[in-house]
Formats: sequence, structure tokens, C-alpha cells
Amino acid sequence: MSYNVNLSTIFMLQGINLECMRGDRTLFKNINFSLESGGLMQVRGPNGSGKTSLLRILCGLAPPIYGEILWDTNNIRSLGEKYRNAITYLGHLNGVKDDLTATENLYISSALAGVVITKNKVHEALQQIGLSGRESLPAKVLSQGQRRRITLARLLVCDTALWILDEPLTALDSSAIELLRNLLEQHLKQGGMVVMTTHQEITIAAIKTQQLQLT
Amino acid sequence: MAINWFKYSSPASFYTLAGKMIPYFSVVASGLFLLGLYISFFIAPTDSQQSEAYRIIFIHVPAAWMSMFLYLIMAIWAAIGLAFNTRLSAMIATAIAPTGAMFTFLALWTGALWGKPMWGAWWVWDARLTSELILLFLYIGFMSLQAAINDPRRADKAGAVIALVGAVNIPIIYFSVKWWNTLHQGASVSLTQSPKMATTMLTGMLIMGLACWIYSIVVILIRTRAIILERERHTVWVSELQGSSQ
Amino acid sequence: MFLWVIQRDLLLAMRRRFDILTTLFFFVIVVSLFPLGIGPEINILRTIAPGVVWVAALLASMLSLGRIFSNDYLDGTLEQMLISPQSLSLLVLGKALAHWLITGIPLILISPLLGIQYNLPLDAILILALSLLLGTPILSLIGAIGAALTLGLRGGGMLVSLLVLPLYIPVLVFGSGAVEASAGGLGAGAHLSLLGAFLLIALVITPWATASALRISME
Repeated sequence: MSYNVNLSTIFMLQGINLECMRGDRTLFKNINFSLESGGLMQVRGPNGSGKTSLLRILCGLAPPIYGEILWDTNNIRSLGEKYRNAITYLGHLNGVKDDLTATENLYISSALAGVVITKNKVHEALQQIGLSGRESLPAKVLSQGQRRRITLARLLVCDTALWILDEPLTALDSSAIELLRNLLEQHLKQGGMVVMTTHQEITIAAIKTQQLQLT
Repeated sequence: MAINWFKYSSPASFYTLAGKMIPYFSVVASGLFLLGLYISFFIAPTDSQQSEAYRIIFIHVPAAWMSMFLYLIMAIWAAIGLAFNTRLSAMIATAIAPTGAMFTFLALWTGALWGKPMWGAWWVWDARLTSELILLFLYIGFMSLQAAINDPRRADKAGAVIALVGAVNIPIIYFSVKWWNTLHQGASVSLTQSPKMATTMLTGMLIMGLACWIYSIVVILIRTRAIILERERHTVWVSELQGSSQ
Repeated sequence: MFLWVIQRDLLLAMRRRFDILTTLFFFVIVVSLFPLGIGPEINILRTIAPGVVWVAALLASMLSLGRIFSNDYLDGTLEQMLISPQSLSLLVLGKALAHWLITGIPLILISPLLGIQYNLPLDAILILALSLLLGTPILSLIGAIGAALTLGLRGGGMLVSLLVLPLYIPVLVFGSGAVEASAGGLGAGAHLSLLGAFLLIALVITPWATASALRISME
């Protein structure tokens, strides 16, 4: 079962008139954007401005109150699994199981995303992300940053077109940030797309970078 | 913003419409109650076996009817709300639950009052009484779930799921309780095995049933209006409403 | 994929073996409390045995419902499950069955011992285990709906009991009814086939309801 997305095709993600409410407070409305292959969109705004809510809406986890999200001009609601095949979402929470080892964690999280990978590939990815020698330790003995790396290792094994990253830099040291930057730049160069939020400044080379400011 | 106007208009117009309907329905309900009670207490003949005690069925039977109808109607509104994402129908479902629970409780209470002279016990594990008790549990579950959820949209949808699951289960529960009852008690006294009913009795019961219906409509409309006000307190039309009433 | 979820949940449960035993001991303790409350009269105990064991099974299964989703919810795995390209209903079915394997199977295995405690005849003990085998998966399947609806709510544990226990009633009636019928020499065939029918209905309907409940709770 392979879900490899051919990155040479051009993809497009559009948000049209998006509106989001929490309780009875409107977080944002009339949000419009369009992102194409190779494009990077940085979502900015103060705490509570709805950055995470916007990313969750983009993943299809929550429907917007109003407006729609189009993937290659089709509403993501109607695309269903076809869309979910094309995205990787890393949220605030790591999705790392304390009781499982780094290897098991990576194997399981990629299987969940529909990619069954070989032992070798798991090993390779963990090495690349800087966890060599710690593959067989249960995640509970790893540091916050190391657990984050297990999560980030998914980006190495999943060939999806659109990466949606919520504060990916949290808890990472400078070497890990450098690693992630390279990873993102490579993904963008190959025609992938990235939507991310971050508080820290990070410069990522991309064909087209856009900022989405939430208030 | 044509769409926004549409989005907010339906609870707003319902609010006004319901406000106009409530007085009329209240008058009709009171009239029917008076008429029904008059028939039940003064016209309907005294029962030869149960003497005057039987008169409790004039409230017991309509209450039992209402408890079941209201659950069904609540589940239907909830389903509509879930399927078409219409907020008003979810609000109506929420408004129905307390009235339904009240009638269920009333049916149980009057059942107990009737049971004491009939069977010499306040409570018997009769199939109908037991089913009614379980129905009360289902209402309580629905209301507790909605009360525990802060976000009204999640509360609406979660309530709808549990109402529908309950509605699917009710026939199965009723069937199993009936089976359980016949297995354990053989031929037990059933509340419906009352002697042949006189026409006046039936008329009284039907009028009381109708009165309960209209009463439910009134109370549900009032409660829905309250829910609308609470949910929409930040909208323009509600603040205009408050401005004009002060 | 379906098998894979079961395998994962079992692996996680094996890393926390004591949790399985907690449910089991709860079940045994509750069942053992009744003779202490009622008195050691053997005929009474034999009459109430099916009901007692079944009510204890209901409670044990219900108290462990939190485990189905809450850990995955807290660490973010559940979010990944919702955006996974796999069918959510199937994932949910896998998780409910894993819950049954972890909590239901130990109860079934220990139940003959409890039957002996209550002096049940041998064939009634057999029917007890059989009725638990057919009935406990239904408890896990229905319970998953309640667990999904109360995800992340304050006082979720109590709330889940209000939602789920009334729905468990048919299983209780036919599960304990089967044992009683067999002890009374009537034959438990009808009860057991009805339990089987409930199981089939639950297998078809509940994964779908649980999946939509999860989507609602995670919005």
C-alpha cells in the first residue's frame, strides 16, 4: 500500500471567506488565501487569535462556521480520505506514547498515516533526526525536545504534499531547528507546500512565502 | 452579507413568532385542562372495582403518552439538527428534554399513587413502570451530557447522538424488559388491563392528553425562546430587543 | 489496518499490565461482596448469582471505558487518527475490540471460579461464561459511544455511567436470564441467540455512532 504523492504535479490549497468561532466569540472571519506547490504560508498572530483553530480547520478536524477550503478546487469535505492522504499535520501534542520506544512510536504513527515502512527506514529516519542510540528507549525517559524529534521524524517517512505544522520549533534546540529548516526547504523545493505557525523567527527559503496575519 | 442575515434570521424570527403564539396556546391549554379535570372528577362515573382511586389515570395515562412522544420528537429534532446543521432544531430538542423528563416522572409518581390501593405496594416491577423508569434515565443522561459540555455546538451534536442512540435502543429495552417481566412474574397485573372503559372516561382522558400536548408546546416554546436569547446574546437583534424593552 | 490498531492497543496494555488486573480484581471483589451483604444462605446465593455476576461485569466494563480513548486524546494520537486516511469507523471498531480483549476476556476466564463461589451447577457455569462471551463485546461497543461523547469533559467518568448503563439493560436482562433459564432447566438457547443478534446489531451500528461522536468531541 503506497500513498506516495507525485510532487511534480501542481497542487493548490485555497481558503475562501473562512470564519471561526469559539463559544460565542468570533476568532476570525473573511480569511482568504491561496497556496500553490512550493509555497510556504506562515500564520501569525497573538495568543488566542485562532492560529491553531485555523490549522485544525485546514486539516478538516473542525468545520469552519462559514466559508470553505478547496484542494485543487474541490471542497476538502467531499474529498475525504483523498485529501487526508495528501496532508501531514503535526499539532501541539506530539502523539508520542510514553510506554513505547522511539522505533515503535515512529512505526505506529506512520502506519496510522497510511504508510507502512520497513525497519530500515525507521532506523534511517531516527538517525537522520538525531536520535541514533536512543531508538529502543521508551519515550518517557526522553527529553521534551527528543520526543518532538520523534514526531518530526514522521516528516521524513511520509510523502505528503501539504505539511501543516503547529509551532514545530517548540522545545527544539538550535541543531534541531537547523535540521527542520533543511527539511522544510527541501520539501518546498520538491514542490511541496507548508502551512505553519511559529512564534520564533525563522527564515526559510521558498519559491513563494506568504504571511497570514490573524488579529 | 446576505448569508449572515439568513444565518441569524431564523432563530430571531422564530423568537418573535413563538412570542406571538404563546398567549393563545396558554389559553387553549388552560381551557382544556379545566374541561378535562371537570370531566375526570365530576362526570366520569365511579369505577365499580377501584372506586374513586382510579381517577388518577386521567393524569397518569396522558403523562405516560407524553413521556414517550416527547422522547421521539426530541430525537427527531436532534436528528434534523445533526443532519442539516440547523441550530434552531437542536435548541428545540434541548428545550423538550426537561418537559419530557417531567412527564416521565409524573407518570411514575402517579403510577405509584395508583399502585398503592391497587396492588398494596408503591412500586411493582411491572414491565411498563420499569420501562418508564429507564426512559427517565435516558432523559437524565441526555440532559446531564448537555449540561456538562460548555461549547453549545458540541453540546447540541453530542446530545443528538445520545438521543438517537437512545431512540434506537428504546424498542430493544422495552422488548427485553417485557421478556424479563413475563419470565419472572408470569401473569402480572398490567396497568392497561383496566376494565372496559366508559366513553366518558375515554373522552376525559383524550381531553387531558390534548391539554398536555398544548401545555408541552407552550413550555417548549418558552424554553426555546430563553435558549435563543442566551445563545444569541451577542447578536445585534438581541441587543436591540433589550434596548427597546428597557 | 484494523488488526494493526488492535495489536497496538494490546501492546500498550501489555506495557501496563497491572491495569488489566485492576479491572479483574474489581470484578472479583464486587461479586464477593454480595454474600457478605446478604448472608451465606446457599439457595439465595444461587438464585442471585447470575444477576450479581452480570451487574459486576457491567460495572467493571464501564469503569474501564475511560481507557479506550482518553490516553490517545491526551497525547494527540486521537487527532492523528481523525485525519488518518483510514476509515475512522474501522479504527474505532478495532479499539473497541481491543478494549474487549483487555477487559472482557479476563472476566470471562475468571467467571467459572465465581460461579463455584456461588454454588452454581456446572452447566449453568458454562452458560454463564458463554453469555459473558457473547455479551461483554456489546458492552465495549456501546461503551465506546459513551466514552467518545464524554471525551475531555469534567466528571466524564460519572457521566459515562449515566449515559451507558441504561443502554446496557438488554444485555443484562438476557445475559443473566440465560444463566437463570439454564439453572431452572429451561435451556438458554433463546437468550443466547438474542444476545448474538444484539452483538451483530451492535457491530454494525456502534462503530459508526462512535466515529461521529469522536468527530463531534474533537471539533
